[in-house]
Amino acid sequence: MAADNSVLLGLVEEFVSGQVDSKAAETSTGVKNGQFTILQLVEALGVSLSSSQPQTRGRGVQLLSQVLQECYSSLSEREVEVLLAFYENRLKDHYVIIPHVLQGLKALTKCSVLPPGSAVSVLKSIFQDIHVQSLMLAERSCVYNILISLMESKEEELKGLGADFIFGFVQSVDGERDPRNLLLAFQVARNIIQRGYDLGKFVEELFEVMSCYFPIDFSPPPSDPRGITQEELVLSLRAVLTGTSQFAEFLLPLIIEKLDSDIQSAKVDSLQTLAACGLTYSHKELAEFLPGLWSSIRREVSQTASERVESAGLSALSALVSCLSRSVLNSDSEDVLQVFLSLVLKDCQHHLCEPDLKLVWPSAKLLQAAAGASYRASLIVSAAIIPALLEQYNNRTQCAHRRTLLEVLQGFVQPTALSRPADGEDSVLVAFQQSLCGVVFSALTESSAGLQVTATRVLSALGQQPGLMAQTDVEKAVDHLSRLILEEDDPKLSSAVVECSGSLAHLHPKAFISRLIPRLKEEILSGQSDAAVRQRCVTALASVSSLASVVQESTPVLLQVLASAHTGSCGFSVEEVAAVCISLQKIAEHARDSEEIGRFFHDIIIPHLLGLCLQAALQTRDAGHSSPLTDEAVLSAIVPVMSTACAALRSESASRMAAQAVSLFLDGDVSFLPENAFPSKIQLLQSRAESGGLSQLVCLLMACVCSLPRSVEIPEIDRLLLQLEDLSCTCTHLFSFTSAAKCFAGLVNKRPAGEALDAVLERVMKRISVELENTSSGQRTQAFTLLLWLFALLSDPTLGSQAADGFGVLMSDCLDVLNRGCHADVRIMYRQRFFAENSTKLVQGFNSAEQEKKSCYLKALSHIVSNLPRQVQLTELPALLPLLLEALSCADQAVQLSTLSCLQPVLLEPPEALRNQLEALFSRLLALTTSPAMKVRIASLQCVHALSRLPEHTVLPFRARVLKALAVPLDDKKRLVRKEAVAARAEWFLLGSPGGR
Amino acid sequence: MNSHQQANRFTQRELQVIMSGGTRLENANPLIFQRSGDRLLTATDEDEDAADPIDDREIFDLIRSINDPEHPLSLEELNVVEQMRVNVNDEESTVSVEFTPTIPHCSMATLIGLSLKVKLLRSLPDRFKIDVHITPGTHASEDAVNKQLADKERVAAALENSQLLEVVNQCLSTRTM
Repeated sequence: MAADNSVLLGLVEEFVSGQVDSKAAETSTGVKNGQFTILQLVEALGVSLSSSQPQTRGRGVQLLSQVLQECYSSLSEREVEVLLAFYENRLKDHYVIIPHVLQGLKALTKCSVLPPGSAVSVLKSIFQDIHVQSLMLAERSCVYNILISLMESKEEELKGLGADFIFGFVQSVDGERDPRNLLLAFQVARNIIQRGYDLGKFVEELFEVMSCYFPIDFSPPPSDPRGITQEELVLSLRAVLTGTSQFAEFLLPLIIEKLDSDIQSAKVDSLQTLAACGLTYSHKELAEFLPGLWSSIRREVSQTASERVESAGLSALSALVSCLSRSVLNSDSEDVLQVFLSLVLKDCQHHLCEPDLKLVWPSAKLLQAAAGASYRASLIVSAAIIPALLEQYNNRTQCAHRRTLLEVLQGFVQPTALSRPADGEDSVLVAFQQSLCGVVFSALTESSAGLQVTATRVLSALGQQPGLMAQTDVEKAVDHLSRLILEEDDPKLSSAVVECSGSLAHLHPKAFISRLIPRLKEEILSGQSDAAVRQRCVTALASVSSLASVVQESTPVLLQVLASAHTGSCGFSVEEVAAVCISLQKIAEHARDSEEIGRFFHDIIIPHLLGLCLQAALQTRDAGHSSPLTDEAVLSAIVPVMSTACAALRSESASRMAAQAVSLFLDGDVSFLPENAFPSKIQLLQSRAESGGLSQLVCLLMACVCSLPRSVEIPEIDRLLLQLEDLSCTCTHLFSFTSAAKCFAGLVNKRPAGEALDAVLERVMKRISVELENTSSGQRTQAFTLLLWLFALLSDPTLGSQAADGFGVLMSDCLDVLNRGCHADVRIMYRQRFFAENSTKLVQGFNSAEQEKKSCYLKALSHIVSNLPRQVQLTELPALLPLLLEALSCADQAVQLSTLSCLQPVLLEPPEALRNQLEALFSRLLALTTSPAMKVRIASLQCVHALSRLPEHTVLPFRARVLKALAVPLDDKKRLVRKEAVAARAEWFLLGSPGGR
Repeated sequence: MNSHQQANRFTQRELQVIMSGGTRLENANPLIFQRSGDRLLTATDEDEDAADPIDDREIFDLIRSINDPEHPLSLEELNVVEQMRVNVNDEESTVSVEFTPTIPHCSMATLIGLSLKVKLLRSLPDRFKIDVHITPGTHASEDAVNKQLADKERVAAALENSQLLEVVNQCLSTRTM
């Protein structure tokens, strides 16, 4: 004990007189592990604490405070009480001591055992003895932190202080300037308001002291380590200002005043604050200011050029209206909502009716924002506006005017989340149902495509709301839509029509089954219409098929198209057949949501597709007649149809599917195929030369089995893997062996790890090493094993380039097999790990490679880098920069393009390393702006554009050179290139020019 | 010599206008027109081999987003420029743009014309002959303004005045919203 005491005395002595700061940490460790108590420490400090030298006293208090900061949690209530009394007393001491006193108090107030009454006395002493704003930044922050901890633990006591607490806080925060402290002060204020402290007579004072920061204008210093953003400050101040309706009478005039500001961010902030008020205020607070607020909002929305101001204004209006809609009506007072809306209507309505339709858009948007705020508001606004709009529409004859009016109407027809009628309420438009439908149908028959497009949108909006379209209206609409699909060839219009059909068919399937599908079927199969019409019909069929009942009618039509393409009766081209498959795939995507559709695909569509393909392949082999269904493009389009459908199958039908597919491909079991007229012994997985037509069907096997859930057991998997391996190694037909390899990879990927898997992989590895020339069949094994091979190949001159592309395959998501949709096992962070493992090897390889082989390494590197997630790219790129610059001068366009696309985001926030490379970068980029490949030209121009944002002094020397070089692509033959060139050159002109940047 | 003096006069006059314009709006409540959307991408645009000639819409896209000197609005929103008043002939390398001041006495007309001209000079290949003038019958001193805009030397001299260049650059800088 005595020894401990002398140790402690020694520590204290060294800290206080010897000025050795590290002793504080040693002391607190001692206290923490029980070597000495706080009491002993205080006793040891005795002399220094009562010294007549303020510096010595300060040092003593500092040691105590630093120890307390470490050990406050282990103090007893009695100790805290004594220490608090000491510290409160010290607040009156010399100014050099105050910072340490506050640190100590901050630690003590974090204690869980604060004695009753202590919070009040601490605060009273602080407010009395300290002038907060004359303290340094860190000490002010201490005071706010003390307030925050006391508010957490001693809320009741502080509330007992009443308005004195508010006054004390107002006084201490008045004049605060540092953003870090402001965030704390805002937090205290928010606590005061939200936890129901009594503001007493200091409402206005508290508001004044907070609102003087509104609207916040803060731009953090560059390379700010604290990372405080304007956004953070704005949001926390807004929470204070809008937190209580007691501030309303001060805040609302302030908002009106700030809306007059010329600074756009101030306007936006004011409007957003107003919108936030709408949530907490009631109509009582708002009533007095409504006319003023309305005229400010109206002015901002109709005069601004900025979409941010406009949308902030509209949401503010919407918040006001929804606040008024919530208000409870008094029997004697008038309806405030009605009063306000009639003001809005009075100011806006006439703009909708003026002959030249000027200001029609701002007014319409305002009205729509008001109407969208609540059901009642939409009732009131619609009742006034819709008849006027309908009348206008009928009076106008110009298509452009009618289109504008219809677009305005569309905004009113579509209900928002807030104005949607509750259950049992009718849509606000019921009264106008007939005239609305009338207007839409008449617009659909107009000659202007723009008008028709708008009409289809209104039609979808009407159809989506119950009660707005009678059965006869729906039928009429379907007839119009079918007519438009068959007759109109404007691409914008037909895509709008298809979209509209899709949304209506979801709600009114019967009308589409009975009227639209038969008509389209007739048109497609008539063999007389031209390809564009048939294409539109097929797309429309795909888009209406979202319900099982429709799918059962529409997919047979598509199958029939495939069948007649096979027999060659209607003269369908390969592209058309592929387009039909794409439509089928779109329909198959709905199987995920509806089991019925999935079953339908399993029972009918997939067997039919397999049957057709098999027939086509056999026929080609035997008769030499080539059907479009043996074309690789068509087969590749059928694959996603099947795999999408199979991926959605539930367990039982999934296992049946697997069994059927495997027995078909392994044993030639054709019993489940329709129109069973196949020879009995077909061998699909044999790679004899003459059966190239049959072996390519292996892609269909891949489609069926590789996308099934992982839980599904694949029968006879070992035999299957063996056959696939054979096929992929011995077959000479590119499409066949690639598909076989993909199928193999897909199956391996699904197998659980274990001995069986290892054995398979080992066997494959051996085989590959024997037959190196087949390694280009990409994904044969898992990434890791294949990687070794690819890597070994990079230095082989003939295969190098192919191997580099292999890296691209590995890094990008493969569409057919190995993606999440097909239940594949994708390891997280796979790309990052791959990059980490291999980039260094590649860089080394590059450095040691001979000149002509370097490009292979660059290609591999750029493939890897461009497939990395952006975040990783940004951190890794500085190191790779020299190599990437090298890659820009590589002749391969794919390499140039992927390098440029990596570079562009980096140039927006250039790393230091780049500064020294600017010369090289500019000469390479400018040379690429005349590259023969359009995409390279575009990407390089985007990079040049990005470079103009670098600090002026670094890029100004290049200005003349860049401007001269960019004059060339201004005359490029491609418009997209010219567009980028214009944008880049404009920025470079502004660089360093007065009024520019 | 003579033309040089004129150039100076032009600059002086413009400067006066800019100084007075800052304090008082001449047309405080202009009509606002809707912005047209971005040009739709077509298959030919993405076809490497097809050449896209420079057409009216492309020129219009260049100038429609130029800021008005006195309103926070674009020339398109004020209907000062319209696509139908743009004429381009790619083969003959000529461009003609007509612009319509919002009011007949608009003192900003020369400045707007100058901005249009500078924008086109910076954005078009130098084989083009660029003609910017006021829509006939829409401005009080139409001839004088047209004459100033057509004179290469005076345009060049105007752009050497840094205050004037500053205003033009402000009109041409892309707005950050």
